[in-house]
Amino acid sequence: MRDLSSILPLVETAGPFNEVPEEYDPHDSLLSLATTKILVIGAGGLGCEILKNLALTGFKDIHVIDMDTIELSNLNRQFLFRPEDIGKSKAEVAARAIIARIGDDNLKITPYFGKIQDKPREYYRQFSVVISGLDSIEARRWINATLMALVDEETLVPLIDGGTEGLRGQSRVILPTISSCFECSLDLLSPKVTYPVCTIANTPRLPEHCIEWANQLQWPRHFPDRKFDADNPDDVDWMYQMAKTRADEFKIEGVTRSLTLGVVKNIIPAIASTNAVIAASCCNEAFKFVTNSNPLLNNYMMYSGDESIFTYTYPYAKKDNCPVCGNMPKWVKAERWWTLDQFIEELSTKQEVQMTRPSLTTSSRYLYLSNPEELEKLTRTNLSKKLSDLLAPGEEIVVTDPKLPISMKVLVEFVGSEVDPEFINK
Amino acid sequence: MLKLRQLKEKQKAQAAAEGHNNSSTPTTSISAAQLRLQKDITELDLPHTIKVQFPDPSNFFTFNLTITPQQGYYRSGHFHFKVDINNNFPIDPPKIKCLNKIYHPNIDLEGNICLNILREDWSPVLSLSQVLMGLNFLLLEPNANDPLNKQAANVLAKDPRQFERNVYNSMRGGYIDSVYFDNVMKK
Repeated sequence: MRDLSSILPLVETAGPFNEVPEEYDPHDSLLSLATTKILVIGAGGLGCEILKNLALTGFKDIHVIDMDTIELSNLNRQFLFRPEDIGKSKAEVAARAIIARIGDDNLKITPYFGKIQDKPREYYRQFSVVISGLDSIEARRWINATLMALVDEETLVPLIDGGTEGLRGQSRVILPTISSCFECSLDLLSPKVTYPVCTIANTPRLPEHCIEWANQLQWPRHFPDRKFDADNPDDVDWMYQMAKTRADEFKIEGVTRSLTLGVVKNIIPAIASTNAVIAASCCNEAFKFVTNSNPLLNNYMMYSGDESIFTYTYPYAKKDNCPVCGNMPKWVKAERWWTLDQFIEELSTKQEVQMTRPSLTTSSRYLYLSNPEELEKLTRTNLSKKLSDLLAPGEEIVVTDPKLPISMKVLVEFVGSEVDPEFINK
Repeated sequence: MLKLRQLKEKQKAQAAAEGHNNSSTPTTSISAAQLRLQKDITELDLPHTIKVQFPDPSNFFTFNLTITPQQGYYRSGHFHFKVDINNNFPIDPPKIKCLNKIYHPNIDLEGNICLNILREDWSPVLSLSQVLMGLNFLLLEPNANDPLNKQAANVLAKDPRQFERNVYNSMRGGYIDSVYFDNVMKK
């Protein structure tokens, strides 16, 4: 059982930079540290560090989600795992390892072995803050959009996102709708390394070209019905032999089994110390957020350990036309008896933007697509249907139009009667 | 979390000043990929030589294309392609495969296509229209410098007349160098 003596000096008095010193109360800070529900997404390289840091700084109610299982190559840096854990869930093993090590009966860690997308959006509302240590852009975009969509009068769940790649990393604090979000900065991402197919097929010069030749062109030819499985040693061997033969033919050196695996799995080298630095920054922000002791990171910290150490913090600007945060749903009133056609008419004439040929969809169906012709024909029948029959309660509509920079999200508030009043009068 | 409360109050005051007060959240949300794709699809501006077909009208992430060039080596053929877009669009490019076995220097016998903007030069700022126009261009102007079907590329480089004859024959369902090609003259 650990005491809090090391963190007490940080919370006993309001820090010199505290933004609300008159309201600051150390008692509240400690209480919120002990009761705050925090979610950690990812229990890998960053996740292990994050979980350890949170448990040691006094968080008591930690949830962790990870869909992966432990592999041999994780063990050099994912220090909560042991060789006998290979093949088991990262989230579950990590939770058990922390509990066993900290030995605090008040510490609760709830693991979930699965995808973040398995949980309904409302699941995320229970957390005060989410820290993510993810390795995929897709998952980051998902959690970013999900937390954005939760924002209402009571809820605003900050996302603290960490990421590392070799000797570089970044941590950022995303306050949904208030500061820039992950989607705002998508342009920053460097694209995945790809090679032209023609080079792969005809003029290989690098060992990677030979591996991609085996992976992209030979595998589908030999096994048209089966996906390559990087966890199956036979598959990896086949791929390696294929690439090696190709390399020998063109007198290219450097095709190894581990390079083969690296290229086909798109492995980015992971360095334990970079993970530690970035995880520390993320947990620092979570601690400050929960205890109010000091101002939060505003809002993007980049770290580069390539040559000595360089870090730079700056406020990444919100993107006005960000499809996720620059675009909060707008309420539009509609009569209950309106058909989709009448609603579109209302939308295209009464909004600030005069639309020319709007298209409308929801997450479950396409209401009306004005183009291409084929989809227009298929969705045209919806135009004469009642809007209130086409929408589930509270369902969001996305409107796109050539006149709109991205799109507009609309929520419908139904008013009036079910039947056209003029029709009743007749 | 005091700071957050402060920020929220500020935001609320601002919203009230602008006159919105209804702020309950929607029950479902639409992925960022769908937002972007809806924009790209509904604003497709294609020449009449390119037709799109949606086998599953409730899913515009997968669709088929038919390109019928009006000029060039491949004129009057009907070339079918399958377009697959994943949930990480526009970070990931659309995946396009040719469904016919055709004689083309930049398309191999499995239907893989060598087009820079589909791979190494893909960028999220490119629209779906631009990608499809790129594909169209490949049928109008086959390029011997980036070969995927080396034999076809060699013929095109050395003897364009022979290449033209080969394309003509292959498009009618014939053998070139003992490889059978699909008849693409039928609709």
